[in-house]
Amino acid sequence: MTVYKEELTEGSGEHGGYVPSQRRLDRERYQRARARRATAIGALSTLVTGAVLYLVVVNAPGWPRTKETFFDWEYAREAFPKVLEGLWLNVRLLLVCGAAVLVLGMLIAVARTLRGPVFFPLRVLAAAYTDFFRGLPLIINLMIVVLGVPALRLQGVTVDPVLLGGTALTLTYSAYVAEVFRAGIESVHPSQRAAARSLGLSNRQALRYVVLPQAVRRQVPPLLNDLVSLQKDTGLVSIGGAVDAVRAADIIAGRSLNYTPYIIAGLVFVALTIPMTRFTDWVTARMDRRRAQGGVT
Amino acid sequence: MHPAPRALRRAAAAVTLALLATAVGCAPQPEEPAAGTSSAGNTCEKGKLPTRTSGRLTIATDEPAYEPWFKDDDPASGKGFESAVAYAVARHLGYGKDKVVWQTVPFNKAFAPGEKTFDFDINQVSVSDERKKAVDFSSGYYDVRQAVVALKGSKAAKAKSVADLKDVKLGAQVGTTSLDYIDDVVRPTRAPAVYGKNDQAKSALKNGQVDAVVVDLPTAFYITGAEITDATIVGQFENQGGTPEQFGLVLDKGSALTSCVSRAVDALREDGTLGRIEQQWLSDAVDAPVLK
Repeated sequence: MTVYKEELTEGSGEHGGYVPSQRRLDRERYQRARARRATAIGALSTLVTGAVLYLVVVNAPGWPRTKETFFDWEYAREAFPKVLEGLWLNVRLLLVCGAAVLVLGMLIAVARTLRGPVFFPLRVLAAAYTDFFRGLPLIINLMIVVLGVPALRLQGVTVDPVLLGGTALTLTYSAYVAEVFRAGIESVHPSQRAAARSLGLSNRQALRYVVLPQAVRRQVPPLLNDLVSLQKDTGLVSIGGAVDAVRAADIIAGRSLNYTPYIIAGLVFVALTIPMTRFTDWVTARMDRRRAQGGVT
Repeated sequence: MHPAPRALRRAAAAVTLALLATAVGCAPQPEEPAAGTSSAGNTCEKGKLPTRTSGRLTIATDEPAYEPWFKDDDPASGKGFESAVAYAVARHLGYGKDKVVWQTVPFNKAFAPGEKTFDFDINQVSVSDERKKAVDFSSGYYDVRQAVVALKGSKAAKAKSVADLKDVKLGAQVGTTSLDYIDDVVRPTRAPAVYGKNDQAKSALKNGQVDAVVVDLPTAFYITGAEITDATIVGQFENQGGTPEQFGLVLDKGSALTSCVSRAVDALREDGTLGRIEQQWLSDAVDAPVLK
């Protein structure tokens, strides 16, 4: 459509340039009409579907009780500040564990992709680590670290459930993230490495300046997935008694047998995830733009 | 326009309509078939109550079933306080031991809205007005007090009053009145640790992650007597507001059985059955210093 306008203003100038034919104008008018019609139908259809779904839910025989138990304004008001307070713990854990996971995951991935017989034990260790912690259910890992480690009564080892829980989360998630990194590294075509080496870069430099930057770009969506997953799993440290957003909701729900606090906690997590997704979308788009600038030669 | 996509689209539209129609058609299922009989059928005819499975009484509790409320994690044994109470109530309603079916329902799930799979739930649930909005309770079958358990020789173990517990790191299970006592009575300076299960609270106590845990008194006696023998009962709390805290049987909101079950519990209290069961299974849970 914009093309048509630009062409029109350009073409209708005194230079006697391009003037769209009547046939073309007709065609475009027709196409716009079709597009409007499609939009209208889409909107109407969405509206009808929404209304039907709403009516089905509202007319369900259990709806009054469901509404009372899941959407009670009083409990929502009571729960909100407490859930937010708990969420602060989730956010801090996410930031600290997220950073630790990225660093540790990258180290493990690089260790796994190192070549040469000298690094054989390192490769085996890294592989064993990922195999073990990726397979071990997170909840069991948390039980062992949060409840089991203090039982050893080691000198100088913390008994703080949040620190221990964060450690367990980092162990599990760095195994996942290491695999994402490794897949990314191995997805860079061997010719890239060969080209870098032929330019005189050392193996390490080739990895650092040629392979990793390309790999990281491809890993952004799966990494974000793991990060969102980590964000939700931070709540599992409540196993050690710490009160996070979900547990804060638990406490009110347990007393009142009303489930509204869970809805509040759920919405708060969703509200945290969406900006994170948009942010990474923006970062990826920026990276792509930069690549396009330098890449066309 | 190609014919194939159009046909496809029509088919999709038809399927959507059909699905919506079924959704609407399915929705109005009768939720409380016994609602009418609840007022009229208050006769509580023995063995002929409108139970989930006709002729049988389905009783629910959580797993694991803790001592001293149940013995060896087996509710059907008839051993342990709550198992004995459940069978006594069942007998009074006209259901012999062979007519009772046990079911595992997690503590938190027992209160979820929607159709219940059990006739009543027995799981150390304290009766409160707030909770009565969500479910029906029978009359209370046990007056319970909350108690503080700490490791012997620790600072918390020396507490003589509620005020002495102010600076103690306390822990309790989520969804329990024990936690309410911490928040409402002790009001500690340090945020309490809140555990999903009593087991986790116990291991945190053993590990020194909390200084003391709050549980109900019989559980406290069981912990100090059998599970953590180097722990001691610091004391018990007084009743709040003069009314004793009571455990009640949980029934579905508006259940047709509520009045019958309540009457059964009242009768068992009057004829001394509840007292005898309490004597048999909770006899040691009587003397612990009261924290004021």
